[in-house]
Amino acid sequence: MQEIIKTDNLVKLYVMGVEELYALKGITMSITKNEYVAIMGPSGSGKSTLMNIIGCLDVPTSGYYELNGNNVSEMDDNELAAIRNREIGFVFQTFNLLPRSNALHNVELPLIYSGMSRHERLELAEQALDQVGLKDRMLHKPNELSGGQRQRVAIARALVNKPSIILADEPTGNLDSRTGDEIMQLFDELHSKGNTIILVTHEDFIAEHAERVIRLKDGMIEFDKVVRPPKNIIINEIQA
Amino acid sequence: MISFNAIKANKMRSILATLGIVIGIMAVTILQTAIEGINLAFEKSIASVGADVLYVQKFEWFGKEDWEVYRNRKDITMKQYNYLANNLQSAESVCPSAGAGGTVTYGEYSSENVMILGTTEEYQRTLGVGIDEGRFFTKRESDGGWPVCIIGMDVKEAFFANVNPIGKTIKVNGYNLKVIGVNEKMGSMLGLFSLDNRILMPLNKFFKMFGTRRQLTINVKAAGVEGIEDTKEEVKSIMMRARRIPVGGKPDFGINQQEAFRQTYDQLTGLIKAIGTAITLLSLIVGSIGIANIMFVSVKERTKEIGIRKAIGAKRSTILVQFLLEAVSICLLGGFIGLAIAFPISLMINAYLLPTAMPMWVVALALVISAIAGIVSGFFPAFQASKLNPVDALRYE
Ligand SMILES: Nc1ncnc2c1ncn2[C@@H]1O[C@H](COP(=O)(O)OP(=O)(O)OP(=O)(O)O)[C@@H](O)[C@H]1O
Ligand SMILES: [Mg+2]
Repeated sequence: MQEIIKTDNLVKLYVMGVEELYALKGITMSITKNEYVAIMGPSGSGKSTLMNIIGCLDVPTSGYYELNGNNVSEMDDNELAAIRNREIGFVFQTFNLLPRSNALHNVELPLIYSGMSRHERLELAEQALDQVGLKDRMLHKPNELSGGQRQRVAIARALVNKPSIILADEPTGNLDSRTGDEIMQLFDELHSKGNTIILVTHEDFIAEHAERVIRLKDGMIEFDKVVRPPKNIIINEIQA
Repeated sequence: MISFNAIKANKMRSILATLGIVIGIMAVTILQTAIEGINLAFEKSIASVGADVLYVQKFEWFGKEDWEVYRNRKDITMKQYNYLANNLQSAESVCPSAGAGGTVTYGEYSSENVMILGTTEEYQRTLGVGIDEGRFFTKRESDGGWPVCIIGMDVKEAFFANVNPIGKTIKVNGYNLKVIGVNEKMGSMLGLFSLDNRILMPLNKFFKMFGTRRQLTINVKAAGVEGIEDTKEEVKSIMMRARRIPVGGKPDFGINQQEAFRQTYDQLTGLIKAIGTAITLLSLIVGSIGIANIMFVSVKERTKEIGIRKAIGAKRSTILVQFLLEAVSICLLGGFIGLAIAFPISLMINAYLLPTAMPMWVVALALVISAIAGIVSGFFPAFQASKLNPVDALRYE
């Protein structure tokens, strides 16, 4: 199986004045293509820190990180930006849409940065919005959309450049449980279509959607276990 | 597109911030338009002085010494004129002239303060006087001091609006003079006084009317503009001899030429330009600081946006260019507003002050200056934005 993420002894050290804080104390793991992973753990255990490093938003203090065959640990700013653009789709707890731009433009943005032609990127952005069920809200701005709809726009944006992984840091944290459920169904659907998904959550019932749970404690992996056999086969059978 | 959205979102703030740029651009364009007009007027006026003519006089135009010094000099005499005229090799023509203010009467009408100029038949060739009707006076009329005259266009219009003036007799300070010609229209000197309110007459008659102790000017036409410096040297040495000044001594006369006007004019416009440039620069600097300031605020306010853009793949250079373009757009907006205000003002200058038009190159210059102001003022805020760390920027509230 193709390994998409491979880390070896990742350490993240924050220095604030005289105080030193190890947010990550040596994370070694690997994630393969089309896995559906939940990262859990108490507050402050380093989940977001790990996600930021996996998502190439941040660099580890030490350790090795390989993403889809690229040695990320040795990349400079520009290369990191390019790899975020090409390989990663982010979904944040607070949606993080551009408030002044409509849904279509928000979804189109990663494709602008990858230098795609206007015609092509509008087509792809529309497709992505269609996929999350928001084709009829394309021209609405974030403040004209509900929380669930905003998160769908964010997911469409994460999907649009066909990344090798989708990273979601507490994607349902700001949503009520019903809307959260809908969003999780969307993730399940994306997973069944072959996407690799890593999500951070506090909630067991959210983590239940995943096939594998990595639990952090104090910047270390407490356990890492497969909770369910890959279910896309089962889903595919049901659909058939 | 991206930058325009951001500007629209803060319309009022952006427009206020452009004020300095607006004023700066207004200052350059109006200044340049005005100078263009003044230049045009100057070139038209200066043509009457003649680029290839030297004026030998007691006084020096725009001389640096006290007026007293010039006044106490010995007069230029007819004897000196004759000596110069007989010895000068390089000149094309030479003539003496003297002027006085006179009162002209015709029938029941009269006009004061007309410039009466006594000279010889050579004046026409030396100063290039154009004749509109009739003719100039001849050598015979000149030598004999005949009572004839050529009138300027203003004089014609004042007395002979609907009649042919040729052959009519006018009175100048009580003396009868027969009109034999009319000068072509010459316009005014820098818009200050008319060159057409004058009468030309034989010098010998002029002396009888106004006396011989009059300021004499010797007009020398050089063989073209290229020859004027050589001729000037020759005139100088002959006049030194005529006025008995030892070789190497200081000349006690002026050899004036158009160049003196030009130099003084250049000094004057140079000063206007310097002041205008200073005002422009000052307002542009103030304006740029204003723009830089709101750009810093804008970067701060949009830290989160920058984080989002970086998270989905914007490079440093992308962010830098985005904010630079935004600053440039704001400044160009200011530039356009400045031009939009300056244009009607230039039309008013054209209508009421002097004929001019806002030149295309000034418009281009204004826009280039605006763009540069944008780049200068936007650079540091944009650079600051570009080097934000994406994780910190995303966490910013
Ligand atoms: N920029 C920073 N500077 C200093 N310390 C930091 C920084 N970011 C995170 N930390 C610290 O690192 C530790 C891990 O933080 P992290 O955000 O990864 O936790 P988390 O597991 O995501 O918690 P939560 O569930 O509350 O989101 C925390 O103790 C936090 O205070
Ligand atoms: Mg977190």
